[in-house]
Amino acid sequence: MTKLRVTVFPKAGVLDPQGKAIERALSGLGFEGVGEVRVGKVMIVEVSETDPTRARAQGEDMARKLLANTVIESFTVEPA
Amino acid sequence: MNAAIITFPGTNRERDMALALRAATGRRPTMLWHRETALPSGLDLVVLPGGFSYGDYLRCGAMAAQSPIMAAVRDFAARGGHVLGVCNGFQMLTEAGLLPGALLRNASLRFLAMDCVMRVERADTPYTAHFQRGATFRATMAHGDGNYFCDAETLARLEGEGRVVFRYEGENRNGSIDAIAGICSANARVLGLMPHPENCVDPLVGGTEGLPIFTSIAAHVAA
Repeated sequence: MTKLRVTVFPKAGVLDPQGKAIERALSGLGFEGVGEVRVGKVMIVEVSETDPTRARAQGEDMARKLLANTVIESFTVEPA
Repeated sequence: MNAAIITFPGTNRERDMALALRAATGRRPTMLWHRETALPSGLDLVVLPGGFSYGDYLRCGAMAAQSPIMAAVRDFAARGGHVLGVCNGFQMLTEAGLLPGALLRNASLRFLAMDCVMRVERADTPYTAHFQRGATFRATMAHGDGNYFCDAETLARLEGEGRVVFRYEGENRNGSIDAIAGICSANARVLGLMPHPENCVDPLVGGTEGLPIFTSIAAHVAA
């Protein structure tokens, strides 16, 4: 069994209104010097494949087909 | 017109859509559960209605786009069939790759449940022939993720090919790029839009300004 961590983020240039709202809220709480905040998702996926390279390739295929929408999101797949 | 409405767990606008189709055609549409793997033969129109399929898990419309019936819907569209997606249905069409772009969270982060005004940019599609080009009409919107987005290249293609069918007139509340409210496929047979014309088909309940979409497609397939 291999656990994969799939991280999905809005691509650069895609509006991230949640990130913007958090950015404003952090400044509102008095945190100084807060720059850009981006909000993404992390998914842990278990696969039966034990070969790390093949497991990762499988995870990337999953991300392209469902876990990420590559029109608006980029993703990374790594061992969890 | 033989129309079918596809329902998914979490769909909630299928009855409004059925009333609108019936008001325009006098015929009841077929209701199809998403687990079906084939569409009835002789179908003129497939409708993906609004709602919150799969609780908007992962991304709005993402899970529905992988439903068993969607392979048949893709084939239907590829054979030149007419497919209409409203609200969550529009989100499904983009997730299924039948229309370009994506629907992001509203720029305000607020769910928008209110009337909007749409301008008709194309009156030569199967869905808009009963409007005048440039006409405006009122429709209702009810969505949290209606902020249409696509990359610059796709936008140039959509605008260049005249595939923006509806635009928000006046305030662009959800933040859609170029105020886009609805787009169609290159052959204009697949249409997706965020606002709900099916909620504006009855003079007793909110007026009939959305009815021309349904009478247009009915007349088109009958011709």
